Amino acid sequence: MHELSMAASIVEAVTESVAAYPGARVRQVRLRVGVLSAVVEDSLRFCWEIVTEGSALAGSELVVTVLPVVVHCASCNALSEVEYFGGLRCPRCGEPAGDVRQGRELEIESIEIEEAGEMEDAVASQTHRAGSRFPGGIEERV
Amino acid sequence: MSTRIVELRQGILKKNDQLARALRERFGAAGVLVLNLVSSPGTGKTSFLEITLRELRAQGARTAVLVGDLETDNDARRLARSGVPVKQVNTHGICHLDAEMVGRNLDVWEGLALADLDYLFIENVGNLVCPSSYDLGERIRVAMLSVTEGEDKPLKYPTLFNSADIAVITKIDLAAACEFNRELALGNLEAIRPGIRVFETSAKTGAGMEEWLRFLTSQQAGTMQS
Repeated sequence: MHELSMAASIVEAVTESVAAYPGARVRQVRLRVGVLSAVVEDSLRFCWEIVTEGSALAGSELVVTVLPVVVHCASCNALSEVEYFGGLRCPRCGEPAGDVRQGRELEIESIEIEEAGEMEDAVASQTHRAGSRFPGGIEERV
Repeated sequence: MSTRIVELRQGILKKNDQLARALRERFGAAGVLVLNLVSSPGTGKTSFLEITLRELRAQGARTAVLVGDLETDNDARRLARSGVPVKQVNTHGICHLDAEMVGRNLDVWEGLALADLDYLFIENVGNLVCPSSYDLGERIRVAMLSVTEGEDKPLKYPTLFNSADIAVITKIDLAAACEFNRELALGNLEAIRPGIRVFETSAKTGAGMEEWLRFLTSQQAGTMQS
């Protein structure tokens, strides 16, 4: 039900990031979504087209990697993937294991963009070499 | 034309999380204990809060409530009878409260100073799915279920119960009539959130409320120390 808000948040975050590439179109948005994150992939896709309309993300593809729940067991010290519908138990020793190490992720991993033209591309590459134009933790690979 | 991959590695709800962090700091600095109450519609959040507010007020504690609903101010009017400041947040169709709504409503709440409060209760929109993703800056997230909803609620909505700090079972006065299997319900809560503390209460008979209030008082004392 809240996938519409989620989709809007993704569009907002991606729009901010592509501002560094004037005129660029977003072709693909890759997400990492944990099983415990309460986001339904189908619902997200359902509203994607509507939410992206008129933005740099219009027509983009949404790629979702679903991450299973991984718990750490305090009893046997194992890290294991669990089927969480039956409850959080260590599959190795059977003890309750509430220390969730993976499965709550809700993140934008990367985006694939198509740049407007060679001019912009050259500018973007130079800026990248200068290394100052990309805010907070954004890395880049061409 | 060229394509490139830009790695973002950022939370989808980064904005909400940042706002929630700022709220948490603000609440901490003001020494107010903030609880986010989440359940299905009809679990009895409002009745449970009514008793809680009345008892806290009798103890001399200063309390306020932010109550979220899609529409109407029925809950706010009910809670206001307890004599504490109450503010209704109508989300107009949005199925959850987020940190921005909480912050904005606190800012426009005339006459309310966080530093004058001991407790702030946030009654979330009745929904067991969406509120789980939105941090509101609370210290304690309370997941509630009533005996009439069935013992398997935690298994059906594991995300929410897994994200909760404590659980409250309501309407235990109806347990026998509903053939509520207490052991099964507690087992299911434990399975989804190992080690979770559970309060079994009735707003009608007052059962379990004393223990709940003792818990609140001890948590509030912790807020003051930190």
